[in-house]
Formats: sequence, structure tokens, C-alpha cells
Amino acid sequence: MNTLRPAASPHSPILTNGSGAAAILSAGTGCFVLAVIAMAADKSAAIKSFFVFYKPTGPLSGVTTAAILIWLLVWIILDLRWRRRTVALARISILAFTLLVLGFLFTFPPIADIF
Amino acid sequence: MEITARAVWTLVHGMGFGALYLLACSGALVEFWRLTSMSTPAPTTRGQERFLKVYLAAMAVLAWTAVLTGAYVIYPWYRAAPPAGTLDLSQFPQRLLMANPAIIGWHSLGMEWKEHVAWFAPMSITMVAFVFIRYGRELACHKQLRAAVLGFATASFLAAGIAGFFGAMIDKYAPVQGGYTIQLSRGGEQ
Repeated sequence: MNTLRPAASPHSPILTNGSGAAAILSAGTGCFVLAVIAMAADKSAAIKSFFVFYKPTGPLSGVTTAAILIWLLVWIILDLRWRRRTVALARISILAFTLLVLGFLFTFPPIADIF
Repeated sequence: MEITARAVWTLVHGMGFGALYLLACSGALVEFWRLTSMSTPAPTTRGQERFLKVYLAAMAVLAWTAVLTGAYVIYPWYRAAPPAGTLDLSQFPQRLLMANPAIIGWHSLGMEWKEHVAWFAPMSITMVAFVFIRYGRELACHKQLRAAVLGFATASFLAAGIAGFFGAMIDKYAPVQGGYTIQLSRGGEQ
């Protein structure tokens, strides 16, 4: 997904877009992962029980904690790989927004119940 | 005039953090739109740039505080299970909603969606704040980055709006009650 940096001009950026792309894709991934884990916990009693990290809050505590950890992990890994690169941001943004929209859909109970 | 401790927490969560976040979102979206609609945004001063960074960081703090108080302070009261044989469910909002087919949807659709989708708001706005803090005035050189940030800020607003709407409606039909009572003022006789 790497492309060459554009030739220098008065508006040439000093920072590459890689760090921003890493943040955008990881945010989309985090929202999608949260929705998938929430669906899994809703379907399986074993998974639901596994995600009870804090009993008064129930499985929501584990589902959200796990999703946040995965989001941060993906962000750190992508940032380390892309921070000095210029990447194809249009494609990355489309992927991130697709994941975000799927996240919204999969958390919506009538859709989540289909699976 | 009195209020219970749990109602105060609900107010702090919903009106304090949640509603304030939604208000802040509307301001941020206007600014993002201004930045995104121009191919090369008008130059900003250092002071304006610093203000926007602090504003977005404060929004991220607000969003995280809203979801954390919701999940770890209010939600345990909402989902508490009543002792066997309890007839008065007014202290158990989830069970109160589930006991009435006319309002069960506020739990089965409203709370089930809200409790998960609300987390999209802090995750998205944290990313937005990070990009602004990292790039600052350099964002003027990254049109696609600005557009993506606007999209995620809008998603954050939408997620917070869904959570806020269902939170308000659930509190209308099955409010979280209990805890000690705080006397705000003594009413006079009519």
C-alpha cells in the first residue's frame, strides 16, 4: 500500500500520512472487533462467561476491555510499521469505514440476531 | 425537592458527560467541515491550533468518562437481579422493562445497542484528537486525512447520539433509583 511521496512543493507535507492512516484503520478495526466479540458473547454461554471481568457489569466489561486492548495493539503495530511511510490512504480509509459501518450494523440487535 | 444518589450519578453520566460531549461534537464537526471543504484550509494561528488540540483532547476525556461511568457505575444498578419473589421491580430497571411487553424494546433493542455502540464514540474521537495533535497545521497538506477524520468524528457523534437517545428513553420508562436521598430544598405549602 506504499506509494512514493509527491515531489516537494510549497504545500508538501513534512510528516507522512502513515501515522494518521494507522490511527484511522485501527479505530475502524476496534469498532468492528467490539461488535464481533459482543455478538460472540451473545451467542455462546461459555464466551459470555469468559468475558465477565467485573461481575457487576457482566460480560460488557470483558467485551469492551478486550476490544480496547485489540484496538490499541493494532494501532501500535500499524503505527510502528507506517509512521515513516506514505501509504494509500484512500484504500485504507475505505477499509476503515467499511469496518466501522459493519461495527454499527453488528451491534444493532435485529441484525446481530440474524447470525 | 429531593434526589437519590443514583439519580445524581445518572445525571452526571447523561447530562454532565454525555450531553456535553454531544454539544462539543457539534462544534468540532463545524470546524472539521470548514477544514475539509477547502482544498487548502486557511492558515491558522498557533493559538487557534493549540485551542483545537486542547478542545479535542477534552472531548476524548469526556467521551471516555461518559462510557466508563455508564458501564461501571450506572449499568450495574440497571442490570441488578432482584431477590426471588420481588414484586416491586422499581429498583431493578432491566427487569422492570423486561416484565412489560409494551416497553421491553427499550431494553432488548435500546440498551442492547447502546451498551456496545456507545464505545465507538471515545475510540473514534481519540483517534481524531491524536491525528490533530500529531499533524497540527500539517493537516492542511493531507486532504484525505482531513476527510477521514471528519467521517470518524461524524460516526462518533452518531454513536453518542444513539447512546444518549436510548439512555434518556430508558431513564424515562425505568429510571435507576435508590441510594441515599439528597434533600435539595424544602418545598413551601401551597
